[in-house]
Amino acid sequence: MSHIIIRVTNVHKSFKLGRIELPALRGVNLEIEKGRYISIMGPSGSGKSTLFNMIGGLDKPTSGKVFIDEVDIAQLDAYELAWLRCRKIGYIFQTFNLIQVMTALENVTLPMIFAGMDQERAVEKGLELLKMVGLADRFRHKPFELSGGQQQRVAVARALANDPAIILADEPTGNLDLTTGAEIIDLLKHLSAERKVTVISATHDFKMLNVSDQVVWIRDGRIEKIENRDELSISVGQIDSRALQD
Amino acid sequence: MQTHEPHQTSDSAQRLLVLPLGKSIQIAFQSLRVRFLRSLITVASLVLAIAFFCFTQVGTDLADSMLQTGNDGFRQALVRAGYDLSPVTTSIGSTPKQKWLMFLSLLVCLVGIVNAQLMSVSERVREIGTMKCLGALDRFILRIFLLEAGMQGLVGSAAGALVGTAAALIIGMVRFGPQALKPLAFSQVAFSLLLSMAVGLGLSLTAVIYPAAKAARMQPVEAMRREF
Repeated sequence: MSHIIIRVTNVHKSFKLGRIELPALRGVNLEIEKGRYISIMGPSGSGKSTLFNMIGGLDKPTSGKVFIDEVDIAQLDAYELAWLRCRKIGYIFQTFNLIQVMTALENVTLPMIFAGMDQERAVEKGLELLKMVGLADRFRHKPFELSGGQQQRVAVARALANDPAIILADEPTGNLDLTTGAEIIDLLKHLSAERKVTVISATHDFKMLNVSDQVVWIRDGRIEKIENRDELSISVGQIDSRALQD
Repeated sequence: MQTHEPHQTSDSAQRLLVLPLGKSIQIAFQSLRVRFLRSLITVASLVLAIAFFCFTQVGTDLADSMLQTGNDGFRQALVRAGYDLSPVTTSIGSTPKQKWLMFLSLLVCLVGIVNAQLMSVSERVREIGTMKCLGALDRFILRIFLLEAGMQGLVGSAAGALVGTAAALIIGMVRFGPQALKPLAFSQVAFSLLLSMAVGLGLSLTAVIYPAAKAARMQPVEAMRREF
C-alpha cells in the first residue's frame, strides 16, 4: 500500500473579476502517491495552473480540502505555509527564477540557510547537488553567465536543497529547446526514481508523457481523465505511428 | 510582519525558518551592487537634498560664528551679504524662509525615494516571489529592503553632507575672505554634518517603509508570473 502524498477532495476555486465570479475549478478529486512522476496537462484557461498552485501550497481553495502529506493546508498559518514551502516542496519554474544577484551555489544554499542549516554544511551539500546536476565547475557563475538549460539545472539542484517530498515543476521545459528540455526531463525522471521524490509538473510538452507514471488531463475546471503509464504508451505510440505515416 | 511562532508539534524544534543578519546584509549589498545604476538614481536625490540641508546648516554656523566674534568688519560683510541684522542681534538662526525651503526639499526628496523604491519593488516581483517559494518569511524581505535603504541612506547622506559642507565653506571663503573661517568651531561643523547624515538616513528609511511593506506582503505565487 503506497503512501498518498497529496490528496485533493472536492476542491472548488473561483476568482472574483469585478462583480462576476469566475469558477476555475469545479470539484476536483485527486490522489497522488509518493514517489510518482505526475504530469498535469490541459489547455490554458483549463484550471491547470490553479490546481497546480493549490497542490503547491501557493493558493487556498474556495471550498474543499487539499492535504499535503496528510496536512490540511487551509489550517496552516503564514509561518507554517512558509515552512512547508521551504522543507516539503521544491519549486521549478518555467522562467528558471534564479536569484539574479547570487551565484549558482548561493542560489542552491539559500533554502538550506532559511531552514537553519549552518553555512559550511549548506555549501558542502550545495556543491554536492550541483555536481549531481552536472554543474560542479560552474558553482561560482551568476545566472546570466549560464545557458537556459544550465540555469534550469541549478533550479533543479535548488529545488532539492532541503530534501523535499514533492517537486513542483511549472512548465519546466517551456523556455528550453527540444534537446535541453529532454535533458531536464531525464534529470527529473532520474531524481524521481532515485530519490523517491514525487514530481508534479504542469506542462504542454508531450515529451513529458513518455516519462510520466500518470497524466492528469484537466478541462474546464474538472479532471477529464487520469491515464496511467501503460494506457498512455499506447496512445503515444499511436501518435508516433500516425506521424510516421504522414 | 509575521511574529507568531509555529504551533507546537512533535517536530517543532525543527520547524525553524531563519535568515541570519550577516546573510541579509550580504544579499542587500549584492542587490545594490548589481542594480548599481538604479541605486545611484535613488541615492542621487538624497545626496542633493542632504547637500542643500547641510549647506544651509553650515552657512548659518559660519555666519553665526562670524557674528559672535563681535568684529565690526564681519558684521558689515554679513549685512552686505544680505543677512538682516539689527544692531542688537548677537546670533543668527536659520530664518523661517530657510526652514521652509529645507522642509520642502526634504519632502520632495522623500517622495522621490518612495517612487524609486516602488519601481524597484515592481522590478523585483519575481525575485521576491521566488524567495517566498523557497521559504522566506515576510520579515526576511522587509529586512532586506530596510538594510538596502539603510546602506543607501548612509552613503547618500554622507556624500551629500560632505558636498554641502564643502560648498558652504568655499562660498563663505569667497564671500567673506579666508579669515572668516577662523572663528568657526570644528565641533559646530561636525555637529551640522552629523545632523545632516542622521536626517538623510532617517529620510531613506522612512521612504522605504511603504515599498518594503508592499514587497513583504507579496504572495509567493507571483513567482509564476510569465511577463517581466
